[in-house]
Amino acid sequence: MADNNAVTDIKEIKAINKVTFKQRMISYKRRPLSLVMLILVAVAAFLSAAALIFLIVYILVKGVPNLTPDLFAWEYNSDNVSCMPAIINTVIITFLTLLIAVPFGIGAAIYLAEYAKKGNKLVKVIRTMAETLSGIPSIVYGLFGMMCFVTALHWNLSLLAGGFTLAIMVLPTIMRTTEEALLTVPDSYREGSYGLGAGKLRTIIKIILPSAMPGILAGIILAVGRIVGETAALIYTAGSATGTVSGVMDSGRTLAIHMYVLANEGLYTNQAWGTAVVLLVLVFGINTLSAFIAKKLGSKKG
Amino acid sequence: MDKFTIEDMNLYYGKFHALKNVSLNMQENKITAFIGPSGCGKSTLLKSLNRMNDLVEGCKITGSLKLDGEDIYGNMDVNVLRKRVGMVFQKANPFPMSVYDNIAFGPRTHGIKNKKQLDEIVEQSLRDAAIWDELKDRLKKSALGLSGGQQQRLCIARALAVKPEVLLMDEATSALDPISTGKIEELCLKLKKDYTIVMVTHNMQQALRISDYTAFFLLGEMIEYNDTDTIFSSPKEKKTEEYITGRFG
Repeated sequence: MADNNAVTDIKEIKAINKVTFKQRMISYKRRPLSLVMLILVAVAAFLSAAALIFLIVYILVKGVPNLTPDLFAWEYNSDNVSCMPAIINTVIITFLTLLIAVPFGIGAAIYLAEYAKKGNKLVKVIRTMAETLSGIPSIVYGLFGMMCFVTALHWNLSLLAGGFTLAIMVLPTIMRTTEEALLTVPDSYREGSYGLGAGKLRTIIKIILPSAMPGILAGIILAVGRIVGETAALIYTAGSATGTVSGVMDSGRTLAIHMYVLANEGLYTNQAWGTAVVLLVLVFGINTLSAFIAKKLGSKKG
Repeated sequence: MDKFTIEDMNLYYGKFHALKNVSLNMQENKITAFIGPSGCGKSTLLKSLNRMNDLVEGCKITGSLKLDGEDIYGNMDVNVLRKRVGMVFQKANPFPMSVYDNIAFGPRTHGIKNKKQLDEIVEQSLRDAAIWDELKDRLKKSALGLSGGQQQRLCIARALAVKPEVLLMDEATSALDPISTGKIEELCLKLKKDYTIVMVTHNMQQALRISDYTAFFLLGEMIEYNDTDTIFSSPKEKKTEEYITGRFG
């Protein structure tokens, strides 16, 4: 049907509705304030972009020359200050945290958005608490994790304690973004599904969750970003042991902590820059991957 | 044969008395139309027939509603009720998935997993909804890419796929162009051989063209209910006549 309307050569069309430079100047002459506004927002956009680009280029220039094979040696020692164990720890902590936080976060969000009655007092309390919790500085989570998991539960400094602490930290983020995503699913989908005799559970699993998936993934990506970049909440829970871990009950440092310690000691500044590049690439990789997944899931429904 | 028997039904949204002492019977394999100005309760009554009003908080119903003599608000499983009494909404609401999956959603919900059986149901439902020829080559494409008229017929096909006994249509053509509306009206006339159809419409010509019985509602009361020809040619109530001749509403 649309083929009938296709234009063979788009260049042959001479459009009269193009806004020329001269026309623009005429309208700015009458309203000079809009020109001022245009310049202001353009400068703001340029400066923001420039700051980001400068930061990335600076890290790359300082870091890339320090990306030696030594930095990626399997075993850490004080000569090579390898970040390989830290990379492995980061991956372990990320999975561990998501494993705990994602089911609880999504489950809680489903309850709030789909099951709880609108205007329920408990729901309001939970929402306010989640919002407050997501604004608390991460060091507070770190101290809580130390008191609760490390000391009281005797898990000592371990990836497990770190993972649980981070899970509590990112839980509100995942819960809130998932809830928002569920609430944006049009009610007409629910009506359509119930109207065909589908029950609540089936409607949620087959219709609502798939529709909300891009929003849910966005929340998880946000959470991964916080996990990978976190230091304060981990120093007193997962610790900063340098070696390769043999299990989740071992203490180990993530990349961000590794970098913090290197920079802090002052002896390995170059390696710290190298680690920064690794961290940058890791975060970039995670974002690209999840954008790809979101697109894949999104394109299924066109 | 009476498909629906409604006696002394009252419905409240919170403190608002939306339907007052409604009693009517609707016949099997006929098209019954509800007409009346906006807010008169006709859609509300329609949604009470398959308990879609359950989703509205603060909705209270009294009286008795029966489907084939069985109490709708009694021990009947609500999901089974909605399988028997399908619904097409005012705005086409295809799910964000392929045409095929949209149609197959209902049958899969009710336990049909066999691929061949599903294929047959999808084809038959699309044929019944007179849209098979338009869609047979794009079953795997997203249903959201269809035109408004196609989406609405897809929703009708989706409703037919669970093999209901009754089809409720809530102003199903109000958002469509005259050509799509004509197709859906033709479809209704064809479908009434096998289904009981209850429709809400703002379009009186539509009620006159396709319905067998018409009920006129005003401010939550059923003013008049009779066969369509009588309602439109010699209404008993003055209010009905005024509404039909366009003096208010």
